[in-house]
Amino acid sequence: MLTYLIRRLILVLPVAFGVSVICFLLVQIAPGDPLTAIMPVDATAEEQDAMRAAYGLDKPLPIQYAIWIGNLVQGDMGKSIATGRPVAGEVFGAVQNSLLLAVSAAVIAFPIGTALGFLAGYFRDTLVDRGVTAISIAGVSVPNYWLGIVLVIIFSVNLGWLPSMGAGPGGSSEWQWNWEHMRHLVLPAVTLAVVPIGIVARTVRALAGDILSQDFVDALYAKGMSRVDVLRHVARNAAATALSVMGLQLGYLLGGSILIETVFNWPGSGFLLSNAIFQRDLPLLQGTILVLALFFVAMNLIVDVAQAAIDPRIQRT
Amino acid sequence: MALTDTTGGQAVEPAPIEKPQGYWSGVGARLVRDPLTMICAGVVLALILAAVFAPLLGLADPYKGSMIARLKPLGTEGHILGTDEQGRDMLARLIYGGRLTLFIGLMPVVLAFFIGSALGITAGYVGGLTNTIIMRTVDVFFAFPSVLLAIAISGALGAGIVNSLVSLTIVFIPPITRVAEAVTSGVRALDYIDAARATGANAWTVIRVHVIGNVLSPIFVYATSLTSVCMILAAGLSFLGIGVRPPEPEWGLMLNTLRSAIYVNPWLSALPGVMIFITSLCLNLLSDGLRSAMNVRD
Repeated sequence: MLTYLIRRLILVLPVAFGVSVICFLLVQIAPGDPLTAIMPVDATAEEQDAMRAAYGLDKPLPIQYAIWIGNLVQGDMGKSIATGRPVAGEVFGAVQNSLLLAVSAAVIAFPIGTALGFLAGYFRDTLVDRGVTAISIAGVSVPNYWLGIVLVIIFSVNLGWLPSMGAGPGGSSEWQWNWEHMRHLVLPAVTLAVVPIGIVARTVRALAGDILSQDFVDALYAKGMSRVDVLRHVARNAAATALSVMGLQLGYLLGGSILIETVFNWPGSGFLLSNAIFQRDLPLLQGTILVLALFFVAMNLIVDVAQAAIDPRIQRT
Repeated sequence: MALTDTTGGQAVEPAPIEKPQGYWSGVGARLVRDPLTMICAGVVLALILAAVFAPLLGLADPYKGSMIARLKPLGTEGHILGTDEQGRDMLARLIYGGRLTLFIGLMPVVLAFFIGSALGITAGYVGGLTNTIIMRTVDVFFAFPSVLLAIAISGALGAGIVNSLVSLTIVFIPPITRVAEAVTSGVRALDYIDAARATGANAWTVIRVHVIGNVLSPIFVYATSLTSVCMILAAGLSFLGIGVRPPEPEWGLMLNTLRSAIYVNPWLSALPGVMIFITSLCLNLLSDGLRSAMNVRD
């Protein structure tokens, strides 16, 4: 297990390096001079050159990258152009809110998806199976930003049951564990849960179906084991793969909540990202994407290690 | 097994010779017998044709607004699907909207199919250092959730049709490359490739004659399964304001601009999303149908 862990950790380093290069290059592919956002229009050529030197923009790209990454490992992600505040602080505050939303969606989606998928796999080729398959195809096909709007129309506009905007009363962006804040979480979390319900249901259905058709299941029944005990064996066989799919989905939920956060004005990383895009706040854009991508990389790593810990067959490969 | 004599030495009538059915006619026959897939193919085709021939359908001008006829409800005289926040005919805008939405929703997958196949087949066939360079680069892109990567690139490049095409193509090249590489490595290990090489065929000839025909079907089916995601993402970029620019009719953008109307005329404002949903649902079902008709296993 330890050798597996070390081997897997070593594999992460080049990926993390690549991710940082892509995030660095994002600013380079942006059209226009990065200085135009901060310099007054009537700045002379000398003033521009001085500013360029001050920001290190006159140096060759690899040197700029080295400076950037050097600051990064010290926790300095630069300053937001729009607010002047350090990017790191802004990003971590927002990521917390996004994480809350993503985990809530996962708490809704994973049990429902697993239950639906298992039912479909167990009652294969019956009406139940067809129903679940229809739900999961609809779940993965629905544009969830539209679904969010539809839920707002139903539950906020028509019924008036739930708030449609923000993370708390009066546009508060500070999360608190109370009833008012929880009410604001319901619609975005449910909206975000729909796609992973479809994906988890589809995966578990295929898994359960495959495992139930294996010989060992017949053997367990033949030796007189009860149905519940047999299903425990099936669950144990399916656990590693199912967990890895769910882990990846949690990563996707965090990175993919941008559109949903925009629909619900949820003060998370997606909201920050769209502000950064419209104010052409490139350091903020770069920082947010870097943090989200690194989180996804870490999630992948955790999933792989957890999978290996659960399923001894994986370490041997 | 087939060679052992199981007839007890008696002469056997040779089976009547049937013309062997080709692979593609088999696929076609299976598709025709699959009603759901045919319906979905019909819907997608109808949407594409309506979008392409929109000017011939006698619709209202999708750009011409009216200050006095804003946000008319569904079923209004002369505007069967109502009007949008600037008084433009919704039916016309939804049908014209198909032009950009379907183009930006499908084109990136087509481009990524060619580029990703080329990269993946090269990596899988050549192997070695080339494989390492291509596949490790692909791994880095897999570290980004697809939505995040699309928004990151589009956000940096700015709004615009070409920028959307570029960013979505970049998003879909890595997954297609990975599939193409896996299939090609599998085929590369088979004996007939060695046999072809032993006859002195060069790499290009072997790929062209022996590899492509055997790997393209699974890559193609995989690519079709990405079209639905690409549609949703493309419309999502416009929804965020980093895709198509107003006043062009595009479903994601329309969904965004109509959000201001959800308290005035809620169901009208949900219409563009219905179009995105129907299209992406049909694309998904179509891809599933193709997968089973072409006998591709994942």
